[in-house]
Amino acid sequence: MEKEQTIQCIINDRTVSTDANPNMVVLDFLRGDQRLMGTKEGCREGDCGACTILVGELNNGVMDYKSVNSCLMPLGDADGKHLITIEGTNLHDQLNPIQQAFVDEGGTQCGFCTPGFLMSFTGYCMNAQSPSVENAVRSLDGNICRCTGHPPIKKAAAKIIERITAHPSTNGKSNLQRLVEQKVLPPYVSTIPEQLKALHRSDGTLADVKEQTHIVSGGTDLYVQRAFTMVREGGKRISQQKKQPVIWEEGNAIHCSGMTTVEEFQRSDLIRSLIPKIEVFAALFGSTPIRNRATLAGNIVNASPIGDMTSLLLALDASLVLRDGTQSRTISLRNFYKGYKQIDKTKNEIVETIILPKPKHPRLINFEKVSRRRYLDIASVNSAMVISLDGNKIMYAHVTAGGVFATPLYLARTSEYLTGKEISSDTISQAVSFIQQEIKPISDARGSSDYKRLLARQVFLAHILTFFPDLSLSKELM
Amino acid sequence: MKNFDSEKHVRGESLFLDDIPIPEGTLHAHVCYSKIAHGTNLRIDTSEALKMNGVHAIFTAKDIPGENQIGNIVLDEELFGAHGVHFVGQPIAVVVADTPFNARYASEAIIVEVDKLPVITDPRVAQSKNELIVPPIKFLLGNTEQAWKECDVIVSGVAESGGQEHLYLETQCALAMPTEGGVKIISSTQSPTAVQRVTARVLDMPMHKIEVDVIRLGGGFGGKEDQATPWAAMAALAATKLHRPVKLVLHRQDDMRMTGKRHPYSSDFKIGLKKDGMIHAYEVSFYQNAGAACDLSPPVLSRSLFHCTNSYFIPNVSAVGYCCRTNLPPNTAFRGFGGPQGMFVIESAIAKAAEVMKIDRHVIQKKNLLNEGDEFPYGQKTEQCQTRTSWNALEKKISVDKVRSDIEKFNSSNQWKKKGFALMPICFGISFTNTMMNQASALVHIYTDGSVGISTAAIEMGQGVNMKIVRTAERVFSIPIDWIRIETTNTTRIANTSPTAASSGADLNGKATYFACVELLKRLKKLAAEELKQEDEAKIEMRNGVIFNSGKETELAWKKLITVAHQKRISLSEHHHYATPKIHFDVKTSKGHPFAYHVFGTALIQATVDCLRGIYEIDSVDAVHDFGMSLHPAVDLSQAEGGIMQGIGWMTLEEVVYNSEGKLLTDALSTYKVPDIQFAPKRVRVDFLENSENTFGPFNSKAIGEPPFMYGIGAFFAIREAMKAFRPDQEFQFKAPVTSERVLTSLYSKVAALEPSLQ
Repeated sequence: MEKEQTIQCIINDRTVSTDANPNMVVLDFLRGDQRLMGTKEGCREGDCGACTILVGELNNGVMDYKSVNSCLMPLGDADGKHLITIEGTNLHDQLNPIQQAFVDEGGTQCGFCTPGFLMSFTGYCMNAQSPSVENAVRSLDGNICRCTGHPPIKKAAAKIIERITAHPSTNGKSNLQRLVEQKVLPPYVSTIPEQLKALHRSDGTLADVKEQTHIVSGGTDLYVQRAFTMVREGGKRISQQKKQPVIWEEGNAIHCSGMTTVEEFQRSDLIRSLIPKIEVFAALFGSTPIRNRATLAGNIVNASPIGDMTSLLLALDASLVLRDGTQSRTISLRNFYKGYKQIDKTKNEIVETIILPKPKHPRLINFEKVSRRRYLDIASVNSAMVISLDGNKIMYAHVTAGGVFATPLYLARTSEYLTGKEISSDTISQAVSFIQQEIKPISDARGSSDYKRLLARQVFLAHILTFFPDLSLSKELM
Repeated sequence: MKNFDSEKHVRGESLFLDDIPIPEGTLHAHVCYSKIAHGTNLRIDTSEALKMNGVHAIFTAKDIPGENQIGNIVLDEELFGAHGVHFVGQPIAVVVADTPFNARYASEAIIVEVDKLPVITDPRVAQSKNELIVPPIKFLLGNTEQAWKECDVIVSGVAESGGQEHLYLETQCALAMPTEGGVKIISSTQSPTAVQRVTARVLDMPMHKIEVDVIRLGGGFGGKEDQATPWAAMAALAATKLHRPVKLVLHRQDDMRMTGKRHPYSSDFKIGLKKDGMIHAYEVSFYQNAGAACDLSPPVLSRSLFHCTNSYFIPNVSAVGYCCRTNLPPNTAFRGFGGPQGMFVIESAIAKAAEVMKIDRHVIQKKNLLNEGDEFPYGQKTEQCQTRTSWNALEKKISVDKVRSDIEKFNSSNQWKKKGFALMPICFGISFTNTMMNQASALVHIYTDGSVGISTAAIEMGQGVNMKIVRTAERVFSIPIDWIRIETTNTTRIANTSPTAASSGADLNGKATYFACVELLKRLKKLAAEELKQEDEAKIEMRNGVIFNSGKETELAWKKLITVAHQKRISLSEHHHYATPKIHFDVKTSKGHPFAYHVFGTALIQATVDCLRGIYEIDSVDAVHDFGMSLHPAVDLSQAEGGIMQGIGWMTLEEVVYNSEGKLLTDALSTYKVPDIQFAPKRVRVDFLENSENTFGPFNSKAIGEPPFMYGIGAFFAIREAMKAFRPDQEFQFKAPVTSERVLTSLYSKVAALEPSLQ
C-alpha cells in the first residue's frame, strides 16, 4: 500500500488531522478515534441509516452538505471536508427544533436509530429550497426505525417543516444562515467555509490506477461486499479527483463523468430534459445517502444483473469512454457485459465518461422496479423502456430487464420485434413471448424464477399501460 | 409531558453498551459458528487461527469450567457445540483478540468439520418423526365432538404464518470485566437474572460472584429475553480465563444468522357456525417451528393456545399445540409471544367461513365478540370486558358501511388497483402465564439533598418504562420530575428479577415502586406532622415539593424535610417486593386464572393492491385502543403505533427464508425488509378508549407493549380482500407474510406457466 498523506478535515467544530488508515470507514474513525458515540453502527451496509452523518464541501464558495452512510465512506474521502455528526448539531442549553419535535411526538423510543434520522432531516433542511413535509419524509428513506414504525416520526417531520417555513426566508440569506438563526444549527456552522479554505488539500490529479485491485469511487457496494478486504488492503480512491461540472453537453449528446453520483444525475437540468421523469425513477434507486455517494460508473462496472441505473442507461443506448492512462476507447454499454460479473474492461481502465445520445425524435421513457419494499430495496425485477412513435406505429423501442439474466439485459430481440409494429394487443402478446425467450432468471432471496418470469411480463405490461393507458390487453394477459 | 430518555437520544448522548468507554486492556471476542445445520462427530482445529495476529485465545466447549448448558426450561442447549451441531449459526468457539477485526479474521481460520446428518426445517415433518421438545399442549372448552353435529356450516383449512427477525437496531452485545473472584457483566439483556444464573452455571460460580448491569437496550422485542445470555456468558468465560475485560458485539449478519426469531407456525383449523353466524365450535392444531432447542418455545406455544379464540366467545373449543424440533436456530420470544400466531389462525378460519357463507367477515367477527363474564378456553372469565365498547367506539369514529361502499366504488372504477379493508379486534392477557414470574421489586433511595434514585428489575429498551416509573414516583411524592432518576438495572441492587417481557415491566415494577414510595411517604408525612405539630397525619399533604398542612402551604419544603429526616435517623431508603395477586394456572388441566387482566381494542385497516405489479400500500389504520388510564400518553401512543407497524411488517414485507439445508437466505438488511417511513400508512390514528380503568396497573394504567402488535394482522386480510376484488372467483391461501411475490403469483396462478419453450 502506498504511503498516504495525512488526512485533514473538520469534524463538527474541530479541525482534525490524522494519519489513521484512510481505507477504514468514517464510522469507525468517529466512534473509535474521536469517541463521537452518537453515530451508531446498525448494519454496516447502508441499509439502516443509524450511522448517517453530513459531509460538506465547498462548491463555488458555497457549502454543499450531503447525508452519507458513514459505514460505507472511506476516511480518505473525508480529506478537506466538513463532517457533522449528531453532536455537532447540539445547542449548548436547549434542544434544537428538530430534536424537540422528535421528543414531543414520540419520534424516538430506544433511541438507537434517532441520531441517524436527525442527521438525514438536518441534511434535508440544509438543501431544501422550499421545504415540504412530503419531501422531508422522502429524505428519511435511508433510515429505519424498528420501534416507532415511523408514524410518530412523520408527525415530527410535519411539525418541524411547519416551524421552519413559518417565517419565510429573509431575502438573500442562504439556507444555512437561516437555519443558524432558527437555532436548527449551532452558530459555528457559519464559520466553516473560511476554515475549510485554510485546510491543506491534495492536488487532485487522477493518479495511475495500475496495480490497484479495486478502484473506489462512492464505495457504496465495495464497502458492503468486501468491507474487510477494503479496510485491510485498500483500493484506489478516486472521488477526491472529481472535477466540476460532472455533466455537460457535447454535440448531440450529454456527457456524464463516471463519478457523477445518482443524486447529481437526477438533479441535473440536462438530464431532466433528457429523462423528464428521472426524479421519480431515481427515488427507487437506493436511498438518499446512497444516492449521494453511489456513482454511475460504479453501478455500471459492478455489473450486478439487477443494477437499477444500468437498466435505464441500457435502454437509453449509453456508451462508455474507458481510459487507461492516456489511451481511451468508446464502447456501447450494450456490448459491455460479457457474462456474470464479466465486463469488457481491462483492470487498468476506468469508466471516465458516460455518453447519452440526445433523441432525434420525441420519445417516451419509463422505468419500472418491483421489490419487496418499494424504497431502499434491491429489485426482484427492474426494467426500462424507451419508445418513439409515428402515429400508432413504433418507430423504435428499447426494452431492458434486470434480475432475469446473468447480466443487466438489453432485450435485443424484443426491441427489434417491436420496431415498425403497430401498437396493438397482439403486438404486446408477441413481445411478451420474445421477452420470455430472452430472459433466464434464477431463484434466490429476491424471488423464485417463476415469479421473475411473471414479473418480467408484468413490468413490460406496466410500461405499455403507462405509455398507452387506454389500450385494452388481450384476455390472456389479464 | 417530559421524557428524559428522549432528550438524551436526540442529542446522541444516550449511552448504549457499545458507547461506554471500555476499560484499559479490553480484548475483543468474535464467535465462530457452524455452517452446517445438522452433524455429528464435531472436529475443531484452531491451530492456524491461534497463530494469527493479535489472537490471545480461542475457547470451545472443553474450556468451560462448569456446565456447557444455557437452557432454561429444558436443559437442551449447549453454549458451544461439543459433539455435534444442530443448526447453522450454532456457536462452536469464541476467538479473543486485541481488536474486533483480528478476532474476526482469526475466526475465519478455524477449521470445523462434522459428519452431516439429515436436516429438518418443516415443523410438520418434525412432528411426524415425533421430534417434539415437550409433550403436546391441549386446551379444551365444551365438547367439540358433540358441537359439530349442531353446526350449520363447517369449514376447515390450513393457515401458515412466517418467522420474524427482531431487528433490534442494536445488535447483541456484552462487556465482561473480571472482579475479585468473580465477574461483572454489562449486558444488553431483557433478563439480567438469566444472564447471571446461566453464567454462574457455565463458570461454576455461585450467583453472588456475578454482577449483571444493564443500562438500556437499543431495542429488544423479546429477542434479548433469553438470547442475550450466550454472548454474556462467552464474554464472562473469556474474561475470567484471561483476567482481562472482554467485549463481544455481534455483527448484524452474524446476529441474524445465530439468533432465533418469531416462531413460524403451520396450523390446521376447523370452524363450525350456526346459520346466523354464531361460532359454535372451533378446533385447531398448531405446529410450532421451535428450532433446534427449547428456549422459550413451550410458553410461546401456550400463549398461542391462550389466544386461539382472540376476542371471540366460542363455547366449544379444542386446541392442541406441537412444539416441533427442527434444525433452525432456536426460535424465541417476540412481541406477542405466540399470541399473534394463535390469533392469525382464528381470523383465517372466520375469513374462510365468511367466504363460504357469503357474508362479510366483520359481520361474523362482531357477532361473536366476547361479553362480560364469558369463559375463555383456559377457564378464566372476562372482567371489565372492552371488546364491544372498543368496537363500537371505532364504528362511531369511522363508518364501516361507508368504508365498504367507498371501496366498492373505487374498485368498480379501477381496473388494476383494488382496495380492501379488514377489522381486527384484539384481546390480550396480561401476566406471565408462568405465575411464578409475576413478581418484581424496587429499591428507592432518597438522598440527603432530596433527590431520588430508583432501581427496579425493569429494563429500558425504548418502551418508556423508566418514564412510567418516574411518573409513578412523581405522583406519590409530588416532587418535580427531574428530582427523580432511574438507575441502571443491576442484579446486586435488585436480585432474582423476572425478565422485562410479557408487557408487564411497567405494571410489576411500577407497582413495586409505588408501594416503596408510599412506604417512604408514610414515614415522611409522620415526620412532617411532628414538625408542624399536626396531630392528624391525614391533614399533611405533599404538593410539588412543598408540604401542605390542612390545605395550607407551609414553610416546610421537601428538601428541608429530607434533611430533618436524616438528622433524626429515619431511613430514607425502601425496598418493596410486589407479586401480582389472584393469578394461578394449573398446567395439568390447562385451567385457571392466569391473567391479571386483559387489554382490548379494535382496528380497521385499509389497503390498496396494484394488481398489475403485485405491490401494495397500507392506506390507513384507525384504532380504538384500551390504554387504561395512561401514565404517559405520548409514550403509550408511540408504543401502539410502533407495535401496529411491526405487526403489519410481520404480515406483509418481512419474510424469513431458510433453504432446505437450514441456511438463512435473508441474513442482512438488504434481503430482510422491515417497514420504512414510506411504507407507513398515510393515516395512523389510534384513539384512547374512554372510561377504561384497571386496578391492577399503577394508577389504573394498562400494559401496552405487545397488544397493539396484533392489529397488524388486519393488514393481511385487507390485502386479501383487495386481491379478491381483482379475482372474485379465486381462492387464496392463508399464508403470511403476503409478500409482493405471493400477491402476484396468487393473482396469476391460473396463467399458463411462462416458459420460453411454450411461447
